[in-house]
Amino acid sequence: MASNDSLGNTLKVVLGVSLVCSIIVSVAAVGLRDIQQRNIVEDVQRNILAVSGVELDGRSVGDVYEEVIEPRLVDLNTGEFVDASAEEIAAFDQRAAAKEPETSIRLTSEQDVAGIVRRANVAKVYFVRGESGDFERVILPIHGYGLWSTMYAFLAVQPDGQTIDAIVYYDQGETPGLGGEVANPLWQAKFVGKQLFDEQGNPAITVAKGSADPNSIHEVDGLSGSTLTSNGVTNTFDFWLSDNGFGKFLGRIQDGGLI
Amino acid sequence: MANAKEMKQVLSNPVVSNNPIALQVLGICSALAVTSSLQTALVMTLAVVFVCSLSNLSISLIRNHIPSSVRIIVQMAIIASLVIVVDQILKAVVYDISKELSVFVGLIITNCIVMGRAEAFAMKEPPLKSFIDGIGNGLGYGLILMVVGAIREFFGSGSLFGIEIMPLVNNGGWYQPNGLLLLPASAFFIIGLIIWVIRTYDPAQVEPKE
Repeated sequence: MASNDSLGNTLKVVLGVSLVCSIIVSVAAVGLRDIQQRNIVEDVQRNILAVSGVELDGRSVGDVYEEVIEPRLVDLNTGEFVDASAEEIAAFDQRAAAKEPETSIRLTSEQDVAGIVRRANVAKVYFVRGESGDFERVILPIHGYGLWSTMYAFLAVQPDGQTIDAIVYYDQGETPGLGGEVANPLWQAKFVGKQLFDEQGNPAITVAKGSADPNSIHEVDGLSGSTLTSNGVTNTFDFWLSDNGFGKFLGRIQDGGLI
Repeated sequence: MANAKEMKQVLSNPVVSNNPIALQVLGICSALAVTSSLQTALVMTLAVVFVCSLSNLSISLIRNHIPSSVRIIVQMAIIASLVIVVDQILKAVVYDISKELSVFVGLIITNCIVMGRAEAFAMKEPPLKSFIDGIGNGLGYGLILMVVGAIREFFGSGSLFGIEIMPLVNNGGWYQPNGLLLLPASAFFIIGLIIWVIRTYDPAQVEPKE
């Protein structure tokens, strides 16, 4: 009897094991792909609904999203809407677009206050339709660098283009218990009602070091032990409210030209 | 069954007296990373039990045909396939937890416990016994994970399985959490203390001085 170590047997075993393993892996990957993709889409939709002010009331995330959220593409250089079909809007991936030289710009060090390096030319914003059919909020995707990680958030703004309705940080890797508290809903609730711009129209949201001035309409309490993360949040607002971010778009909303 | 007692031994031995983390000090890397909450620790435990038992079973089934020159590669191929399957299932079924576990599910491939049991046990023993040994070692790993996870979540976040037990100062309660326990390094200290306690209780586990 040929030993296990003969060349023929070695090849046979290696090929056999590879074949069986590859079949198992392929079946799992292909068979589960639909569910996985639905999970990813639903995860984004859940975060958007979290700042939309709309209650689920036992309905599914997907149904409510279809009913009340209207995504649009905005050209950040002009602040105008981009003409696109519903499929094109659904397929648009801002994070992927920010990586491609054709669809993004590289920020100079003076522009790049939020530490994001590249910014997509086009952003996906979400309008929330109220029961009367009017738009109640516009939801903007913003992100910026904290201490360890890029922190991603959805910011919901009232139709006046000035007042914050809600914010949710849904993806970050800051220190657990310290900077990681940006994900704490109680802290995020402190942003509600704050004004984005000062009287001169400059970005004005600041995360204070320590407690915020209770009379301030722009300041939010800092996170204790997390000065750099707090600064990162302030920088994120500074960038995305400037003309390099959503400044022009929000200006149009304030003028009443878009809603 | 005549060997029921032996099977029970094979199952319970790695959980208590021959624990892969506490005695053999294997699989420490993932034990640091996934124990900040009990929920992730539990999912990781189930994943390792699944991979370890099935890899032991399949390697034991073909152990008499594996050429010794490529045996490690064959073991790795089987283990890696099982890990990818687990990863895919987690992404489909418990998406939120899979996001937290991130790369550490994939890193089960390099978990020395799985590899070690395949090489040391499944290559010599019959399938059923190997399968049970895999479950036992997965549970032994999981037991430490759950203990560390419970300590870290209770004192670090004031909760167990996400259910608040001590309301945190940040949420308007009274408990000022211990931030160190939320960082991976704290698991080192806890595992070290657990090993100390176990070896004080059972001096047979103490390695002889060299």
